[in-house]
Amino acid sequence: MSFVKLTASTLAIAAVSATAAVARDQVQVAGSSTVLPYASIVAEAFGENFDFPTPVVESGGSSAGLKRFCEGVGENTIDIANASRAIREKEIKACADAGVTDIIEVRIGYDGIVFASDINGNSFEFTPVQWYKAISKQVVVDGELVDNPYTMWNEVDAALPAQEIQAYVPGTKHGTREVFEDKVILAGCEETGDFEAYKAANGDDKKAAEKACIALRTDGRSVDIDGDYTETLARIESNKDGIGVFGLAFYENNTDKLQVATMSGVTPSTESISTGEYPVSRPLFFYVKKAHIGVIPGVKEFAEFFVSDEVAGPDGPLAEYGLVADPELAKTQESVAAESTMGGNS
Amino acid sequence: MTDLSQTPASGETPMPQKRGQSLLEPSDRTKRRNAAETRFKAYGIGAIAIGLLMLLVLVTTIFSKGLGAFQQSFVTLQVELLESKLDKNGNRDIDDIKKVTTFGYAPIIRGAIEAKVTELGIDTPLKAKDMAGILSKDAAATLREYVVTNPGQIGETVEFRFLAQSRVDGYLKGRVSRDSIGNDKNISAGQLDLVDALVAAGVVEKTFNLAFILGSDASDARPEAAGMGVSMLGSLFMMLVVLALALPIGVAASIYLEEFAPQNWLTDIIEVNISNLAAVPSIVFGILGLAVFINYMHLPSSAPLVGGLVLTLMTLPTIIISTRASLKAVPPSIRDAALGVGASKMQSVFHHVLPLAAPGILTGTIIGLAQALGETAPLLLIGMVGFIASNAPDSIASGLLSPNSAMPAQIYEWAKRADPAFYERAWGGIIILLVFLITMNTLAVILRRRFERRW
Repeated sequence: MSFVKLTASTLAIAAVSATAAVARDQVQVAGSSTVLPYASIVAEAFGENFDFPTPVVESGGSSAGLKRFCEGVGENTIDIANASRAIREKEIKACADAGVTDIIEVRIGYDGIVFASDINGNSFEFTPVQWYKAISKQVVVDGELVDNPYTMWNEVDAALPAQEIQAYVPGTKHGTREVFEDKVILAGCEETGDFEAYKAANGDDKKAAEKACIALRTDGRSVDIDGDYTETLARIESNKDGIGVFGLAFYENNTDKLQVATMSGVTPSTESISTGEYPVSRPLFFYVKKAHIGVIPGVKEFAEFFVSDEVAGPDGPLAEYGLVADPELAKTQESVAAESTMGGNS
Repeated sequence: MTDLSQTPASGETPMPQKRGQSLLEPSDRTKRRNAAETRFKAYGIGAIAIGLLMLLVLVTTIFSKGLGAFQQSFVTLQVELLESKLDKNGNRDIDDIKKVTTFGYAPIIRGAIEAKVTELGIDTPLKAKDMAGILSKDAAATLREYVVTNPGQIGETVEFRFLAQSRVDGYLKGRVSRDSIGNDKNISAGQLDLVDALVAAGVVEKTFNLAFILGSDASDARPEAAGMGVSMLGSLFMMLVVLALALPIGVAASIYLEEFAPQNWLTDIIEVNISNLAAVPSIVFGILGLAVFINYMHLPSSAPLVGGLVLTLMTLPTIIISTRASLKAVPPSIRDAALGVGASKMQSVFHHVLPLAAPGILTGTIIGLAQALGETAPLLLIGMVGFIASNAPDSIASGLLSPNSAMPAQIYEWAKRADPAFYERAWGGIIILLVFLITMNTLAVILRRRFERRW
């Protein structure tokens, strides 16, 4: 039966080539879905301009990417992890336990987090305090901590339009969530002075008070979105009262459907973020396994290309897509060229 | 329905018809029974109508949203490949030419479009940089690739068909309107005026886009250049693996179970488990693939080989069940006759039973493959979703082992991206995927019709 022979030979070829092709020749990147568009733009240009194959960029979230990054050293692990937040101590330790000791941290620029609602709806001018009051699990009313009673934005602040509170915030696996909690909810919590009430309620424990501050209400007024911004957009399209948390680049690609809200009186744009006027922004990073430089072809070249002036600079394609260029890019370029790892030992 | 519950509970005499009533005149009970039947028929027709309506809605949505992806706007320009920019030393050394990155090609493109606008006498307040903004970022890559492969053309003027950027394309397709671009920083009203003028001059035109079917994925900055081709190859290689593994293993297992295995508790357990396996959600196979094939066996991640292995596990039960059913359908008299004229058990199976069961087996296999082709969930876990399908494989080995995506994974990836142009391409991808699935299912039906034998 020729069919059996064909099968056998196909299997044989597959088995032989599987052993032969263990040497991986393209860079593998995984991590933050916020960094994914930037990384894919760079990967595409890298494949076009160098003799290396186009790197593979997978998404899945900062935490998922760093977890894969910390699985160990070797060709079946990824070379670069994208993250929309800095690596945590816990993750560095997990990395070290798996043998990933030399990590190069590369900051590629800044990204703004914007609050946007349906284009035809009310326009909003937010402050962190309003967001804290609207979606925190507990708030202080008449000197006492109570479950969040607000249902309309104008109950939170009379200056806001009378619209149901319905917020779509990024889920906990997204790096964006951390920034949102830190720079909006916690900032608002501290500004109102509710923080002291939490502190008193938690026996003067600052950590516990912070945690209580950023706990969001679970009665359906605030919905965690674990998917991508497209999911948030779809939610807003179906519920016109919804207000979503987006990356600046995503908003700029969907200006026909969304209108952006100001935060503390500043309209988000690459300019207002780079001057630091717009408060809700965060640095974006990628992490390189030093042990893979020289083993997997193109890792260092890719990292250097990523932060080169013509790519990550203020006139480069990344800035055009919505990244806020890092004013200290030259320093980053130096440290990538020198392969300086975290903790100082290069 | 009502009469079923009524009769025993009513307690009347079970005589259906009262004495003296005409047979020609239906009694009340007959009327009720007939009415119940009519109602049931109406429910059935209603159910079918709802189903058809859903199908109609689905198909019209897919086609209305996806057909746009098969058309693309192109800008035809004459580009002077300036030696001063592309080959400063003038010695046509390929290594020197390669040193000019795509960023170095931007001024040449700017010059080309400016020259075109001047030549046509279009009055526009735009600067050259904004004029070039109506072109795709892919233009520089197209140009560089041409120059690197044809270094002899440097210094000449060559005509190119560049892609227009996604907003311009959307404008010509009616997706983007002048009202909707108010806050858009990717395009301005002035650029749309220029596009209108260029369309009138025949420089910008919308034509069939073969690159969408044959091309590779593109990054978020240039959705207009993205295509399905490479992920289609990824799917093809996965299907080859599935076919090469699942068909022989599945057929061998079912022949043994059906024809040779003794009937005991062990084969019973195996049988039950095969049926259970068919109902296991596909994501489970994905986790299994990650744990076994990638983490334990160290096969490369994102490789169609691993995808194929995972989908093989998923398809096996389908093939085994359908093969067993078609083996069972071959009447025992065929086996008895073969054995009666002195054939061995194996000869009777391979010479008589298997050929007669072949159409059924093939149908089952094709339907199993079609199922595997549309599967996304397990691929998420083995790294086949992302910005992957950008390198077209150049050999069978690299097709199996170098990272690639698959059609459904590519569609999922596009649907997630920010630019609305990708959304259109996701729907277009669905059309291509559906064409494959419908072809495969039609093939299965034809095979069954042509070769199936009934006894």
